[in-house]
Amino acid sequence: MVHVQPPADGGLDLAAGSAVPAAPAGSVGVGQPRSALLPGGKIVLGPDEIRRALTRIAHEILERTDGADDVILLGIPTRGVQLAHRLAARLAQVESRPAPSGSLDITMYRDDLRLRPARALGHTDVPASGVDGKVVVLVDDVLYSGRTVRAALDALGDLGRPRAVQLAVLVDRGHRELPIRADYVGKNLPTSQREVVQVLLTEVDGQDAVVLGKGAAQAAAAGQEAGR
Amino acid sequence: MIRHLISAADLSRDDALLILDTAGELAQMADRPIFKLPTLRGRTVVNLFYEDSTRTRISFEAAAKRLSADVINFSAKGSSVAKGESLKDTALTLEAMGADAVVIRHGASGAPHRLAGWVRGSVVNAGDGTHEHPTQALLDAFTMRSRLGRLEGLRVTIVGDVLHSRVARSNVLLLHTLGADVTLVAPPTLLPVAVGTWPCEVSYDLDAELPKTDVVMMLRVQAERMNAAYFPTVREYSRRYGLDGSRMALLPEHAIVMHPGPMNRGVEIAADVADSARSTIVEQVANGVSIRMAVLYLLLGGSEASA
Amino acid sequence: MTAGNDASTGWIIRGAQPLGGPATDLLVRDGVIAEMGAGLSASGATEVDAAGLVALPGLVDLHTHLREPGREDAETVLSGTAAAAMGGYTAVHAMANTDPVADTAGVVEQIWRLGRRAGYCDVRPVGAVTAGLGGSRLAELGAMADSAARVRVFSDDGKCVSDAVLMRRALEYVKAFDGVIAQHAQEPRLTEAAQMNEGEWSGRLGLAGWPAVAEEAIIARDCLLAAHVGSALHICHVSTAGSVEIIRWAKSKGWRVTAEVTPHHLLLTDELAASYDPVYKVNPPLRTAADVTALRQALADGTIDCVATDHAPHPLEDKETEWPAAAFGMTGLETALRVVHESMVDTGLLDWAGVADRMSVRPAAIGRLDGTGVASTGAPDGTPVHGCALGTGAPANLVLYDPASSEPVDPRIHVSRSRNSPFAGMRLPGRVQATFLRGVPTVLDGKLAR
Repeated sequence: MVHVQPPADGGLDLAAGSAVPAAPAGSVGVGQPRSALLPGGKIVLGPDEIRRALTRIAHEILERTDGADDVILLGIPTRGVQLAHRLAARLAQVESRPAPSGSLDITMYRDDLRLRPARALGHTDVPASGVDGKVVVLVDDVLYSGRTVRAALDALGDLGRPRAVQLAVLVDRGHRELPIRADYVGKNLPTSQREVVQVLLTEVDGQDAVVLGKGAAQAAAAGQEAGR
Repeated sequence: MIRHLISAADLSRDDALLILDTAGELAQMADRPIFKLPTLRGRTVVNLFYEDSTRTRISFEAAAKRLSADVINFSAKGSSVAKGESLKDTALTLEAMGADAVVIRHGASGAPHRLAGWVRGSVVNAGDGTHEHPTQALLDAFTMRSRLGRLEGLRVTIVGDVLHSRVARSNVLLLHTLGADVTLVAPPTLLPVAVGTWPCEVSYDLDAELPKTDVVMMLRVQAERMNAAYFPTVREYSRRYGLDGSRMALLPEHAIVMHPGPMNRGVEIAADVADSARSTIVEQVANGVSIRMAVLYLLLGGSEASA
Repeated sequence: MTAGNDASTGWIIRGAQPLGGPATDLLVRDGVIAEMGAGLSASGATEVDAAGLVALPGLVDLHTHLREPGREDAETVLSGTAAAAMGGYTAVHAMANTDPVADTAGVVEQIWRLGRRAGYCDVRPVGAVTAGLGGSRLAELGAMADSAARVRVFSDDGKCVSDAVLMRRALEYVKAFDGVIAQHAQEPRLTEAAQMNEGEWSGRLGLAGWPAVAEEAIIARDCLLAAHVGSALHICHVSTAGSVEIIRWAKSKGWRVTAEVTPHHLLLTDELAASYDPVYKVNPPLRTAADVTALRQALADGTIDCVATDHAPHPLEDKETEWPAAAFGMTGLETALRVVHESMVDTGLLDWAGVADRMSVRPAAIGRLDGTGVASTGAPDGTPVHGCALGTGAPANLVLYDPASSEPVDPRIHVSRSRNSPFAGMRLPGRVQATFLRGVPTVLDGKLAR
């Protein structure tokens, strides 16, 4: 079960660290996302802006897929999963029928495995309806180099043959290293490569925020990946 | 992550759980149309099997191939090994071939230790003499957790020739690390002299232990041990320590029956018990591939271990 | 050092400390210690600076494997005796498990001659107890005793004389020529395929165990047999606390039992096997810390009479394998005195006089090299040659030892042909600087002198 703790004073509290939620059954023990905030970071999206962005993306999905009949949302662990579930909830609200959502772990398909000790796997949960012939919307929190999405496309290919694949991200921070682009973007956030983007979600970190900070070393200390 | 997996004692609790969790994720991928992951592409895994064991070797081979590694099988028969080539020279040959990992099964306890001193790659112990068989213990723990939902506080009874069993040694160590409670049951002749120093209980009375256990694991007993006077006859051994239908009825309802294989049906385990719904023997084999995939991935799938 | 010096012009050893006592000079000439005192001088004599060095009588090893004939790839009489000299030894007993076995006058004489020709130390061949070490028929013990090699110690070492009747007969038979049976105590059935001490570690490591009782039961039986027939018994390489107790009990009854311990059993324990490195594989196996303590105490109080190296050289390919396939044995001649220094002197259990007693005087007595009974090696008129106290007129078999040195053991610079030392890399105190055999140096300045 996810353990949620509201910010201490009801507002945006960068200094507060929230408790690490208990891991859902079956997920990995090591490599838990941590919610320690970037010291000296600046909030660029608060909870309201995130909420609106997700609502807008959900409507865009419905528009561009003609009602999302055969859409399936697959979030990329870690926080892409929660975003996928939130989008699915919104789709279900609007269309009054459930929208399948799940997760697709891409660890085994990464192109940078040899740069760090072997990583724990995230959880893969593909809805029973499968991906064949479906429109798969991959969901991730931050789009950066594009390598994560490239790995996700390879992983998807081993699962089946979707009719089409689209990409929804909360933040696009630029600096693509591969020819990859997002179909749905919550916020375009120009950044320098020395900066770090940290996404916090209530289900995982106890609050909703997108934080922009300096220094990859600090990001590593805060448990964030240096690049996506 | 550690560089070699030679003993179950090499694994910390976190390491062991990481392997089990990773294997769990990999097991779920087994129904995919294409079950082949690119993760170990370009890596070479050598199976160095001095003892005949088709099943374990195939399990490791399947695991490596599903991760896209190249597999080279080196079996003792008909090779330079059969002609008396030393372990050291074989190791140097493997080095020259660029083995990233060597999976070794050998009749001498300690052979993987020696090998680790001669090769740069990772060494995975697939069974050395009467010493250890860590991937077996891992797949056993995985099976227990899958069937019963937990390992912490689980009561596990291991029955049979503990003295000569590498499976028993690895299981006692790993289950202790994972917080389970182990009881060994055997005739006194088949227990090591210093078993009192092991992190487990010991009993000579199987019937007394069965009603209070969650898992009963039967070890293979070789009839030849009778000739060295470890027990008087196979029949007496079976009568006192074999798991037959009436003993199985003593088990709590949820309890499972395990066996590392190969079985001596009729000696340590009756045929109807082996084929019953409580028996996990078949799924142990399937779980073996997932566990071995997890081990190979964690040993080879990242950067070189630093220490 | 003047070239061409010989026994007649002699050597003046300056400032040595005999048995660790006050410094003095020794004049070595014509094979004996001609004079001992301060400020000696003699024309033509070579000076040997021995300031700070302890002088001991030349060490005597009751238990060495020289491997020749048969396994010259591991060691020869030449290389083995050179190694002995480097370790401060002036006499060694060469065990009989060669190929062919030393069970006839012919073979023992061959080994004895090889020793004389090599000239590094006196070689006293040990005769086998049973023909071919087969354990079923006595070898020609009398012929070997009468041969030029003058065998007095008989042993099937490597194997146990396990047949009780045969052991009885052997003990009785050697009374005729004041011989002694040296038993390798290992009940064969209890140790079939055994690899290491049976205990906590053997269970953990999955290596077949070698129970202490396999040694102790044979020792108890043989002490009783020796008492029953009134003969002398020597126990090779005692390794357990239980064995010590039995020997102590036997001696308390006045029975003629003597015993030896190896240097490695005074220092090393069975947990070293956890590395699976067969350099630690030996027969009898390394035991526990409690056994080491009991052995040290026994050597200190004399229950164990002496240190014997059981020097067992093996070529690389017999040790660089997996444990169960490896040969049993460790080299020991070149490290023995240093290990005894570390385990017995530095711990305060033995002083240098005690070392001289346990490593020279008593082994010479047990080997009957001290002249008791029949003529000993090298001296035609039967006067004792080895194990003699350092004094004026004594044979000049002595070793000069530097106790202050402290170097790691490096088998690569050992003189033995083999490198299987368990002390490799270990820092041990001391260094043999010089060894004199009957007045002529075999080792000088820490190097072979011939």
